[in-house]
Amino acid sequence: MRDQRPVVRVTSPGRPAIHEPLPTFAGTPPFPEAAKVALADPQLRRNLRMATTTIRTKRARAVEECPDWEELRVAGAAIKDDVMARLPELLEQLESNVVAAGGVVHWARDGAEANAIVARIVRDAGATEVVKVKSMVTQEIELNEALALQGIDAWETDLAELIVQLGHDLPSHILVPAIHRNRSEIRDIFRTEMGAAGRPAPADLGNDPRELAEAARLHLREKFLRARVAVSGANFAVAETGTVMVVESEGNGRMCLTLPDVLITVMGIEKLVPSWRDLEVFLQLLPRSSTAERMNPYTSMWTGVTPGDGPQVFHLILLDNGRTDVLSDTVGRQALRCIKCSACLNVCPVYERTGGHAYGSPYPGPIGAILTPQLRGIARHPVDEQTASLPYASSLCGACFDVCPVRIDIPEILVHLRTLVVRQHGWRAAFGQEAGMMRSLGGAFGGPRRLGAAERVASVGGRVVGRSGRIGRVRLPGMLGAWFRARDLRAPAKVPFRRWWRGHARDRDGGGGGG
Amino acid sequence: MRGIATVVAAVVKVERADAREAILNRIRAAYVDRPARVDVPRDYDVLTAADIDVVELFAERVADYRAVVHRTTEAGLAATIAEALASRSARRVVVPTGLPAAWLASVISVDQIADDPPLTHAQLDGVDAVITSCAVAIAVTGTIVLDAGPGQGRRALSLLPDHHVCIVRADQIVGGVPEALQRLDPRRPLTWISGPSATSDIELDRVEGVHGPRNLDVVLVDPRRSVQRPR
Ligand code: SF4
Repeated sequence: MRDQRPVVRVTSPGRPAIHEPLPTFAGTPPFPEAAKVALADPQLRRNLRMATTTIRTKRARAVEECPDWEELRVAGAAIKDDVMARLPELLEQLESNVVAAGGVVHWARDGAEANAIVARIVRDAGATEVVKVKSMVTQEIELNEALALQGIDAWETDLAELIVQLGHDLPSHILVPAIHRNRSEIRDIFRTEMGAAGRPAPADLGNDPRELAEAARLHLREKFLRARVAVSGANFAVAETGTVMVVESEGNGRMCLTLPDVLITVMGIEKLVPSWRDLEVFLQLLPRSSTAERMNPYTSMWTGVTPGDGPQVFHLILLDNGRTDVLSDTVGRQALRCIKCSACLNVCPVYERTGGHAYGSPYPGPIGAILTPQLRGIARHPVDEQTASLPYASSLCGACFDVCPVRIDIPEILVHLRTLVVRQHGWRAAFGQEAGMMRSLGGAFGGPRRLGAAERVASVGGRVVGRSGRIGRVRLPGMLGAWFRARDLRAPAKVPFRRWWRGHARDRDGGGGGG
Repeated sequence: MRGIATVVAAVVKVERADAREAILNRIRAAYVDRPARVDVPRDYDVLTAADIDVVELFAERVADYRAVVHRTTEAGLAATIAEALASRSARRVVVPTGLPAAWLASVISVDQIADDPPLTHAQLDGVDAVITSCAVAIAVTGTIVLDAGPGQGRRALSLLPDHHVCIVRADQIVGGVPEALQRLDPRRPLTWISGPSATSDIELDRVEGVHGPRNLDVVLVDPRRSVQRPR
């Protein structure tokens, strides 16, 4: 298990000790147990429902405006499938174009390798801190924590990520990672924590979002102006031209991508598109699916380095970290199409009730339920109980597929992964997973009967599974059956989630909405 | 010493080469089913319908982002720029190399600062506003794209000052995203701007202006327009 988290103590004067120990998702109990936190917190559930409903409604409007939305989705899926079919050739093409434009390309088999490369570049640049643009992949490889071990501070600059970082907390949504925090909590976090990390918040800081954003602006401006190294992820990279692209809203991305001397971009090997023209598809699909806008406020594209403009040193790290495992599963492979828009989170009835922390990884919601087990190698070897619980974190209602801009058939993959769980852990364990899900979620759905009904509605749609939940060669009764028959099969979780969570989240004011 | 450095460099090189080969091999091994190249059906709209007035649509969509849109003609341009600057009481404005001098004819009692020699980031941070042209504008999405060309300058210029006045000529406006990409050069650093910077991170309440310029004025120069009518 990944339980030995290093405790980082940064004690030199002027070097803020903001992230010690860094909270991580390691040790999250299986989904049904982890979900109980949100399920037991009516305020948090109300926040989540309000948030997901708002974004979902906005997204529907943004999508309706495009008469050719379906054609864009079909093209988006095909472009990504094409990438998956000829990754070696495209990666090599990207590499040679980035190098030709003055960049340096590195390859990393796993997170440790990528983190070591980043640390080495930062040290070689003589820097002891980096500013960061929000990036899922660096959360996945726990880069901040690895850098902290080397005495390097990593400052998150996206407002929500800043809230999460200053609150010694974990993100709970891809697009709005601090969705579980309300404005008063954010004000309190800023008041108590900003000073230790740099420019303090004004003593009389109120809880108006405008005021809070202004406090973040001032706090971070200082860091942007002095930063010498920035770390980013990438939304897309174009093989044909060597161009890398980051989409964002606040301008913190532009700051990081423009002001420092050295830029390090970490990207998963699946983030490619073959040609420049392909961006015309994703620049329409992504903003409307994600922030539900016609276009996000800022998109930056750069190719290598430009003399006299922006960082003069550019490192691109191409990361595997389990992606080739995903690729080896011909059913699960389509998960690599994902453009991390978060639309599937906002339509998911399970996510809406449990929030993001329960998924135990930076990838929450339906995409997390299919991607995390695959990245952890479920196609090749048995996985731990928490990982095995993720494919069950769904009622298979199919809403995620309907909104997915790259048409990932998430329910199909969920069912496929359940067959792998059955194969690896036996049907009794699989039963236990279903039953556990029933126990914790049944109430939130208004009883197991309703959750069962949700599943049946899905199968009427006909996309996914028969109503008996036929899984592989083992014929399992539907969830409703499991609810009655398997109630007592599952042993209680070894670490109660609340205790685990307290240890990680360091709840300051006695149980805030975050957990 | 040198010897050690050479050895270290060689080791690093070997490691990198190893990771590269290893990943490429893993990918090839993952192709258990020998996936074939996929043809991409591009049945989506690449051109904007001919009956759409892209200039009107652009003005409308930019305004939707709560940017301020000024509509003017070539003759009224200098006055409009001066007005836009005055509306936010800019005292110091940075002027990128290549911006037509005539555009600044009406800008008086405002310090005009050239980026030559290049300003430091701290200096740029102390400037109130920036005036730029743009490379392309997109009607459907209300987007302006800067490509660091003449009159736009390096990326930091339009980032650090809190007020961005951007001049868009009607012939720079295309319908949709596909048309814009065709006009752009990927080798240049590109910044796509759709309204002022914004966040919805706090309870999904939209706040305009976090790190990028909080105020965006788009000055739309339309030769078809005979009277100046700022919106
Ligand atoms: S799976 Fe689809 S809907 Fe979900 S985040 Fe990825 S691209 Fe978006």
